[in-house]
Amino acid sequence: MSDVTDTESLSAPIADTVDNPVSGIDQTAGNFSYKMDYEFDAGTGLSEKTVRYISTVKKEAPWILDFRLAALKQFYAKPMPTHWATKDLENINFDKIRYYLSSGQKPKRTWDEVPDDIKKTFERLGIPEHERKFLAGVEAQFDSEAAYSNIKDIVSKQGVIFVNSTEGLREHPEIFRKFFGKVIPTGDNKFSALNSAVFSGGSFIYVPKGVKVAQPLQAYFRINAENFGQFERTLIIADEGAEVVYMEGCTAPKFSTSTLHSAVVELVALKGAKIQYITVQNWANNVFNLVTKRGVAHEEAEIKWIDCNIGSRLTMKYPGVILKGRKARGEVISIALANDGQHQDTGAKMIHAADETTSNIVAKSISVGQGRSTYRGVVHIPKHLKGCKNNTECDALLINSNSRTDTYPAITVRGERNSVQHEASVSKVSEEQIFYMQQRGLTEGQAMSLSVNGFINDLARQFPMEYSVELKRLIDLEMEGSVG
Amino acid sequence: MSQLEIKDLHVSIGDKSIVKGLSLTVRSGEVHAIMGPNGTGKSTLAKAIAGHPSYTITSGDVLLDGKSVLPMQPDERARAGLFLAFQYPSEIPGVSIANFLRAAIQARLGEGEELDATGYYKRLYSKMDLLQIDRKFTSRAINDGFSGGEKKRCEILQMAMLEPKFALMDETDSGLDIDALRIVADGVNALRSTNLGVLMITHYQRLLGYIVPDHVHVMWDGRIVKSGDKSLALELEAKGYDWVKNELIPA
Repeated sequence: MSDVTDTESLSAPIADTVDNPVSGIDQTAGNFSYKMDYEFDAGTGLSEKTVRYISTVKKEAPWILDFRLAALKQFYAKPMPTHWATKDLENINFDKIRYYLSSGQKPKRTWDEVPDDIKKTFERLGIPEHERKFLAGVEAQFDSEAAYSNIKDIVSKQGVIFVNSTEGLREHPEIFRKFFGKVIPTGDNKFSALNSAVFSGGSFIYVPKGVKVAQPLQAYFRINAENFGQFERTLIIADEGAEVVYMEGCTAPKFSTSTLHSAVVELVALKGAKIQYITVQNWANNVFNLVTKRGVAHEEAEIKWIDCNIGSRLTMKYPGVILKGRKARGEVISIALANDGQHQDTGAKMIHAADETTSNIVAKSISVGQGRSTYRGVVHIPKHLKGCKNNTECDALLINSNSRTDTYPAITVRGERNSVQHEASVSKVSEEQIFYMQQRGLTEGQAMSLSVNGFINDLARQFPMEYSVELKRLIDLEMEGSVG
Repeated sequence: MSQLEIKDLHVSIGDKSIVKGLSLTVRSGEVHAIMGPNGTGKSTLAKAIAGHPSYTITSGDVLLDGKSVLPMQPDERARAGLFLAFQYPSEIPGVSIANFLRAAIQARLGEGEELDATGYYKRLYSKMDLLQIDRKFTSRAINDGFSGGEKKRCEILQMAMLEPKFALMDETDSGLDIDALRIVADGVNALRSTNLGVLMITHYQRLLGYIVPDHVHVMWDGRIVKSGDKSLALELEAKGYDWVKNELIPA
């Protein structure tokens, strides 16, 4: 069942996975696919039948099927948000997408049990190795379902749950149901409704009271099949005083037709808890990446999103934090790189709903060639609150004169006892700067990637080491490719 | 022993002809000074040799050890051994001097060769000691918020680390007070060796009091109109550029 297809010539230098410090986010290494015979296939197109098929295959409780069917209705009813978003959304053909593909619903606990082709995919992306080195647990999703999911004994003994959403619903319904769909209601937007109808995979994490998970948990999302839609659903709950770092990486091979990735991610940080959620998205340039991410931070809790968008054709993603409890803190660190043919429409939402809550948004975007980047931000501080603070900083860097950048900050701050600070800048990598660096012996591509790395340097320093090294390497690859 | 040969060079910016047939040969170990009033094409000459994209070489040639550099990209010329100390060095926010130099040196290594970090820092610190530069300096972003003197010292430090065959120094003295000028000149003097050829471009004679040239050339309207030894610089200082205009230019 298994010819490997390299969708682009492999004579291009393939990054050595041994040198690659972070699993699976390098498009150069990620551009291959295996021909699979999927045991479970919901076919092409979306209907009630598709939804029922997914639910049946997963042997779900009736309430989940009802939830899905209601969501499907909302999806149909909601228009495309093209009155404010890009018209490119109209190019998604929902009838041509395959909504569920898997070779089974139960992930393996050891790599030995994972089917060969799938195992080879993840080995090629370096995942088992990184799991051994620096992760507390890994979930590796291949198309619709996790092929592998494991958590180190030392972590599970602390009562930490780390499974995929299918298992989470089946084995921990009491926790799952309590929080599921509460942070992001089904009807939040058209794509959250779509996800709610056909979701599969994604992580379910519960960290018990006071438990601080020392090493990060990582999920890796891989699209292997053409014309496929990946709809993972992630729910992370950090109980009182708990702490967890979650990282996700994404890749897909370059197909000629477009692929859809539409996830919903909900975070709940209970009193005094801390969640840090790190994404490095490097989807192939044909992927529509339309993701809804939001967290609720209770009293003195902290949620931090670190969101790096490098790949995809169109990304629309605005991670948010609802600051629900007194002294809650929310932070979004966003880095977007839009190269030729890409539109990164990213940003952040901070909804202050309690006194003395603070939020911080730092967004940096880089537009190269014809690439387009857009920042959209919402900061909401209602009148009756006091002692709330927001700081927003958005900086854009343009390389080559054709690139485009837009900033749409929507800041509503009422009341006199709250403070808000907003700074924005646009800068350009000038011909003089490039010449200066070239005069020191760097190629044009190296010069551009050095200026980009300099631009995001202060943010990249906040990343875990492995991710900041990998991010730098990805930027090098992008910039070298962008020299005409 | 290397040789940089500029042969009947003509350079334009857009349609405007700036350098109009300039010939000059610099050998390793020699320091040449090109003097001339503003707008005579001195800086254009330096940038054109380095390969700046805004300058077009319409005829003539520049040979490094007999090989034309004109088909080469600016970075290839740099790696071949040409260094330009900029009059107005660019700022690169977020990129530290140490990292920048490291990348520049890495770019000179063969494929698969990795820079030895320990050796690199050892060398960097020894050059900084030589140039009397504080250790903290290299963690600052390149030229970002630097004073005029700091920018020029940063150029000299890069020159020391990259060990070019030929250095083109474009108005290195401009914007420096006398103390900064002395520090920069001491740096250049410390780097003078039989392996380095220097082409120093300056408007004023005062720099030449600190960096004593072997040869002095007077440039006027895109050409060299007089060459001599260091005494020419003093003569020029005494008589002024009017002397050049009135006596050296054929009517």
